[in-house]
Amino acid sequence: MGVHRSVLDLIGNTPMVDISQLSPNPNARIIIKLEGQNPGGSVKDRVALSLVEQAERDGVLKPGQPDQVLIEPSSGNTGIGLALVCGLRGYHLKVVLPENVSPERRQLLEVFGAEIIESPGAEASNGAVRMAQRLAAEHPEWRFLYQYGNAANPRAHYEHTGPEIWRDCPEVTHFVAGLGTSGTLLGVGRFLKEQNPSVQVWAIEPPAGERVDGLRNLDDGYIPPIFEELGGADLLDRKTVVRPRESIEWTRRLKSEAGLFVGISSGAAVAGAAKCAASLPEGQEAVIVVVSADGGWKYLSTGAWTDDLDVVTQRAEETIYF
Amino acid sequence: MPVDVRLPTVLRPHAGGKSVVTLEGGTIGEILQALVTEYPDTSDQVLNADGTLHRFVNVYVNDDDVRYLSALETPVKAGDEVSILPAVAGG
Repeated sequence: MGVHRSVLDLIGNTPMVDISQLSPNPNARIIIKLEGQNPGGSVKDRVALSLVEQAERDGVLKPGQPDQVLIEPSSGNTGIGLALVCGLRGYHLKVVLPENVSPERRQLLEVFGAEIIESPGAEASNGAVRMAQRLAAEHPEWRFLYQYGNAANPRAHYEHTGPEIWRDCPEVTHFVAGLGTSGTLLGVGRFLKEQNPSVQVWAIEPPAGERVDGLRNLDDGYIPPIFEELGGADLLDRKTVVRPRESIEWTRRLKSEAGLFVGISSGAAVAGAAKCAASLPEGQEAVIVVVSADGGWKYLSTGAWTDDLDVVTQRAEETIYF
Repeated sequence: MPVDVRLPTVLRPHAGGKSVVTLEGGTIGEILQALVTEYPDTSDQVLNADGTLHRFVNVYVNDDDVRYLSALETPVKAGDEVSILPAVAGG
């Protein structure tokens, strides 16, 4: 391992663990990649570093120059990763954060020195994106790296996460990950399909749109520009919803049956991997690689592991956990 | 055959305030046509003028997005649950 020059050198090269004991199909192995091992605690450290380094190469950000301000919409993890990177590089970060994220996400942003601008919880992440776009337009002197529309987001996964999976698990037949900005699925999915075109890519999403009260109509919907520009609809083989109750049940199973303390979106992703395993034709062998986006630390206040399942499910339905 | 269709908050005012409606059809396309026939105000929310699915609408059969199955031709059978959700951001 050696001694590293900077904590940023610890981003990536995350470990993978065989959790096939959770597979409903004896012919399907499930391997989980633990992105919570990144120094900022989530897969989004990769994206944050990629966004900032690309902006520095493009001259949008100038290392060492004072008073450079960034603004970014995030439900938490990208903001935390950016706050880590910006703190070390001397940039001031403003994060537009929906008010209904877990308190730990907010606390970590504060710890790493980000300024929080709240967006209405009723509008979920769509509202945070809109507010950040408006503020960026009003303040052209701020730098808006825009994770949803910046190719440096999926490129982090094309250049690093995908090759790591191929290096550590070349027998992969299926790749399963949560769909947020779509960066992980686009970058890893494209890389793996280039190595082996038969790899199947499954996207898992929460039923977030069900309870977004702040949408006036469906024209307020949102598809990340990178998803459309980089052919996401052609890349994905399957997209499936995992609901909060099932997400929490699988988050608990990961802890009790595999000793893994991971976030609620990881429970959703593994529920999706189990569904993938169960859907295979009889006798077909598979190796399913699934991404755990973060650890459990930021969700302790939800009571996900300790409180009554009905109560926790209700809380999760009111909280953004992807 | 009758199939239960879950509606998101944003569509409920256009469907008499209901969160679940029961509609007849053997494919997703038939189910959506039944929805816009019974609740005409949902029409320009769900379908484009040419009858294709609105880009910000995701339709699921038993939680699988039909765009990655057979789109509007995706078959539905008794007991299936169809849900309609607006596209929203994560991350």
